[in-house]
Amino acid sequence: MAARPDRAPPGDPLTPRVVRVLKRRRDAPRTVTLDIAADDATAFQPGQFNMLTAFGVGEVPISLSGDPADTNRRVHTIRAVGPVSSALARLAPGDALGLRGPFGSGWPMAAAHGHDVVLIAGGLGLAPLRPALYRLLAERQRYGTIALLYGTRSPDEILFRRELAAWQRRHDIRIGVTVDHAPSDWTGHVGVVTRLIPGLALDPANTLAFVCGPEVMMRFTIAALKEAGLGDAAIHLSLERNMKCAVGLCGHCQFGPVFVCRDGPVLCHDRLGGLLGLKEL
Amino acid sequence: MTRVGLEPIIRAHPLFAGLDEAFCQLVCGCATNVRFRACDYLFHEGEAADRLFLLRQGRVALETPTPGQGAIVFRTLDAGELVGLSWLVPPYRWAYDARALEPVRAIAMDAVCLRRKCEQDHDLGFEVMKRVVPILIERLHGTQRQMLDVYGSPS
Repeated sequence: MAARPDRAPPGDPLTPRVVRVLKRRRDAPRTVTLDIAADDATAFQPGQFNMLTAFGVGEVPISLSGDPADTNRRVHTIRAVGPVSSALARLAPGDALGLRGPFGSGWPMAAAHGHDVVLIAGGLGLAPLRPALYRLLAERQRYGTIALLYGTRSPDEILFRRELAAWQRRHDIRIGVTVDHAPSDWTGHVGVVTRLIPGLALDPANTLAFVCGPEVMMRFTIAALKEAGLGDAAIHLSLERNMKCAVGLCGHCQFGPVFVCRDGPVLCHDRLGGLLGLKEL
Repeated sequence: MTRVGLEPIIRAHPLFAGLDEAFCQLVCGCATNVRFRACDYLFHEGEAADRLFLLRQGRVALETPTPGQGAIVFRTLDAGELVGLSWLVPPYRWAYDARALEPVRAIAMDAVCLRRKCEQDHDLGFEVMKRVVPILIERLHGTQRQMLDVYGSPS
């Protein structure tokens, strides 16, 4: 019997490669971060995603959440919400899974050179933004002021807690964290993430915003950013749709004129027009 | 601090910034300077809503005690914000607790005094309403969004 190849033929984007979990960390209830051994030295762009397969269960798109400069591992933060993500979240070091990718567009890191950058994350949306923040901090001198605003459900659901604390101690980045509700021993902000925007006193002519979170949260955030003076071309979003093939063939993720897997997931708001508000999409 | 001394502070607070001179005098007549230590309560649920607070420094938690879970904080307010809206409409009772999370400095306005002056001078009343209602709406919208629980996992 022939041995099963560990790798799909090079250049075949539709066949998963077999990779193994190096490390598993629990970040929040039902949310884990997996470090996966990189099977090649392909760099990924902050904002891109991989298709991960739980063998015998299925395949789902998961954003890369690690440092793009680390070519030894692929990091994914996964919330167990369905059968596939739950199976992936149960994987332990040494376990095998399938991986295709990286796919899609990334955050416009080069276009942001010389600009102020504000990252606004909601819930698990911090995961696709974390690679952008790693890059911003690694190339700190290329950018103006940097801010991260992060809203989530409650203090126990805050992701990357230790890193957030470390970033809060830095003087070259502003960090704002808020939750929707909290126990009485929480002394941080409670309220919606958009409340933190006015405190940044953004320079609308020189600021790019990267936004990722539930679509409802992104709609309100876009409105708040526009109220702060940012134009559509300055607002970049990471969208989530039902991505299957990840290469723009199957059409499952079509969102108006774009395929989110191929043209996105990161898209400039000026390309989306009013599509985010359409119930039919 | 005299009430005359409070005028620049009140004028500097976003709620009353740009207020007409005569109106400002009327408003200042209802104001006193107050301080709270961390963990002090500004007011409790069910008590008469007889004051409102213009926060100058420090953070205040709005919370509701829940059986078996302790208090749940549903909003925090910081310097420049207004603590308390229930003084505006009958039955003038607080609907939640307000607790200082850190040392707080504020201007306390006597709500009975302010309501009386607004009733006597409807121009002042309309000016106060125009400044308070947007805050009310912003908090309503914020609360609606929090209730949507958009960060919760799909069932």
